[in-house]
Amino acid sequence: MLELYLLLIFMIVGAIVAVELKDLLSSVIAVGAVGLGLSITFIVLKAPDVAITQLVVEILCLIILIRSTLKRDLPFSTSGRWFLNTMIALSFIGIFLFVAYKAIGDLPPFGYPIMKVASTYLKQGLAQTGATNIVASVILDYRAYDTLGEATILFTAVIGVLALVRRIGRKKSVEQEGSDE
Amino acid sequence: MTHTLYILCLALFCIGLYCILRKRNIIKIIIGVIISEYAVNLLFILVAYRMQGRSPIYSPDAAIENMVDALPQAVVLTSIVIGLATTALLIAIAMRIYEKYKTFDITKINELRG
Repeated sequence: MLELYLLLIFMIVGAIVAVELKDLLSSVIAVGAVGLGLSITFIVLKAPDVAITQLVVEILCLIILIRSTLKRDLPFSTSGRWFLNTMIALSFIGIFLFVAYKAIGDLPPFGYPIMKVASTYLKQGLAQTGATNIVASVILDYRAYDTLGEATILFTAVIGVLALVRRIGRKKSVEQEGSDE
Repeated sequence: MTHTLYILCLALFCIGLYCILRKRNIIKIIIGVIISEYAVNLLFILVAYRMQGRSPIYSPDAAIENMVDALPQAVVLTSIVIGLATTALLIAIAMRIYEKYKTFDITKINELRG
């Protein structure tokens, strides 16, 4: 139990550092530390599949973030309605915390999950699907449509990224604007 | 005192929320989104944990009874991959904004749009 507390406190400290640092590259690296801490936490919480996925996704995410922030560091503008903005943000967080305080009492105590649906999967998973890994049998057999939806979202996002990043269409539009002028 | 870990997880989410609402740099806002997403995934796995449990993988020498909840783990596995896709899309939009306006500051972008 103690290692869980230590890991969570490490993640909170890393998140505060990532939010408050002025240098963008250092901030991105701090987010990477938080993500790797999350991966270790998943292993401690007995979720090895999720930990492996988190590790791979974290590294990919870090590469994309570093690619986007490299050599583009900018000074922060701290002028403007500083007090009003902070008060609005803090009031939103206060409302969220109030609702969360009401809701967190309904959660089961830590270490004693409800497992109404999952007990069926655990008892009959091997006989019905033939997979020794229950998580794999859930995502690929019991809830395969969920995984299909995930693949759809993934391809939609890839199409969006390609449409935003590609350079062929953009040059034509620039030339057209130039010829119009 | 059984909910202390949930409250720590909530604190992580609040840091991400503060970053989204308060910061003006687009990259910082994306970092806030990533941190909140981590906190939500962590909450699911925390709810799924069972005392002295073991990972939901069959082995011939262990009993079935003591496994942790497998359903939130499968859901979070989907959620992590979707998180990567949305983060990549956000960063692509941010880079296009930088190419057009030469800045990451959202207040200046607002001024330029007039």
